[in-house]
Amino acid sequence: MPPAIEVVNLRKRYAGTVAVRDVSFSVEQGEIFGIVGPNGAGKTTTVECIEGLRHADGGTITVLGLSPGREHDRNQLRQRLGVQLQDSGLPERLRVGEALRLYSSFYDNPADWRELMSVLGLTDSESKRFGKLSGGQRQRLSIALSLVGRPDVVVLDELTTGLDPQARRDTWALIEGVRARGTTVLLVTHFMEEAERLCDRVAVIDAGRVVALDTPAALAAAADTEQRIRFRPATAFDDSLLTSLPDVTRLERHGEMVTVTGTDNVVNAVTSVLASHGIVAEQLRVDQASLEDAFVALVGRLSNIQEGTPDVR
Amino acid sequence: MSAEITAVTARPAAGRKSPLRTLTQTEFVLFVRERTGPAWAVGFPVLLLIIFGAIPGFRKPVIAADPQLSVLDSYVPILLAFALAMISLNVVPPVLAGYREKGVLRRLATTPVGPFRVVAAQLLVDAALAAVSMIIVLLVARLGYSVPFPRQAGGFVLAIVLGGVALLGLGLLLASVATTSRAANAAGAILFFPMMFFAGLWLPIAAMPKVLQHISHITPLGAAVQAMTDAWQGTFPHPLQIVALACYAVALPVAAAKLFRWE
Repeated sequence: MPPAIEVVNLRKRYAGTVAVRDVSFSVEQGEIFGIVGPNGAGKTTTVECIEGLRHADGGTITVLGLSPGREHDRNQLRQRLGVQLQDSGLPERLRVGEALRLYSSFYDNPADWRELMSVLGLTDSESKRFGKLSGGQRQRLSIALSLVGRPDVVVLDELTTGLDPQARRDTWALIEGVRARGTTVLLVTHFMEEAERLCDRVAVIDAGRVVALDTPAALAAAADTEQRIRFRPATAFDDSLLTSLPDVTRLERHGEMVTVTGTDNVVNAVTSVLASHGIVAEQLRVDQASLEDAFVALVGRLSNIQEGTPDVR
Repeated sequence: MSAEITAVTARPAAGRKSPLRTLTQTEFVLFVRERTGPAWAVGFPVLLLIIFGAIPGFRKPVIAADPQLSVLDSYVPILLAFALAMISLNVVPPVLAGYREKGVLRRLATTPVGPFRVVAAQLLVDAALAAVSMIIVLLVARLGYSVPFPRQAGGFVLAIVLGGVALLGLGLLLASVATTSRAANAAGAILFFPMMFFAGLWLPIAAMPKVLQHISHITPLGAAVQAMTDAWQGTFPHPLQIVALACYAVALPVAAAKLFRWE
């Protein structure tokens, strides 16, 4: 099966600045593929080239065997590529139902927009104006509009920005449902938790280049050099009891909590020593490296992605 | 939720309306929903006619000039130009610049219909509204104040069509160069008053000093009013006015199309 999206050596320059230096990746059909990276890394520019909104300066892009840079291909692609942009782009006075009906009239083989509206929990808001919708409702409408043409590939940019935790989880479930239907999903996000939970594979982009590309678990594992365990000892003990162990590299105390860092075997070593000394470890927690740790290790800048501000185009 | 979305069915394509038609209907609904927009743009010209009609002296024939025309008669072409300018300068620029500003055009660029059709739909709605507004003025003038219809119908229609294309082109040009809806609105309002002055709204063209008359004849609205007035009096409009209007009707839309930025 040919890949749904193939990007090879993509390059894009704006007046004075290079937005995308060298980006290559391919997205398999039926995959949920994530693009993560700090602000200004070139994520949005990359997907805009894929969507055909911008012309690449160099490299090749193929989406469903078509080239978004060529006008004839682009027209065919519009029928098969669903897009959610960072800003929703609807007139304030347009109602939810009207927007869905209007957009469904654009496609040869549209979904039943009423059904889609109900799946996205927008039926109660059908006659509500776009300008009066809450952030979550807007986001859901914008997802619905990206799906109304029954696309083979859907590109979602900053899917859950501005949503509360519950709405975010609902949206994730929705995207998994979209994939279950066979749609390929390309997801731009700055929430590591989102990428970890949803994506089959993730490309980390920094300063216009792909700095890592793998499954979230593999990325986390690669960044993981140390294990950490945290607990509250029921009885006091001397630090040297644990620091003398070869697997332990560091021990810190914060109030009653003890944090021990070490090699892969540190959990085993520490728990067996504690057990043999009759020290009960309460609230024991083992920290596993997450995609977020991997991201920090790769990019070295977490602060600006946690602010939650979408890229400035 | 995930189970449900797999079940979303396709809707048969048969019997669907064309996107341009749906877009045009939508643009019309959005315009009506604006409330103050339609009331002002369509209602104000006829309101002005009724006010002028209530002024006693306006309905008496003008002695010095053509004995067949009263002051009110001579104001009808001006009010038609006014109706055209209301839509073209006060509706088109802010709506279309707003569509670009809010990403409406950009969002449409990712769909099969593209952003061009929504601009076309908006201009169709605006042209239709301008036509409705002008027909109302003509009918109320005819039925309420016995103002005759233009005697040279061909010349009148030609003046209206050329003037309409020129003015909508100017509105589109303002939408092309303005970066925000607010700026487009201001630009439209700033052009509206001098253009209406040269159309004779405050001072009839015939009463203007010669220099102003010459300027008036080569402004889009002044040329349109003069051409319509000629048609009213039964003569085909002067070639100067037709040529001026035709130049605007070509140059303004072409400039707008060249300068229009989709994002």
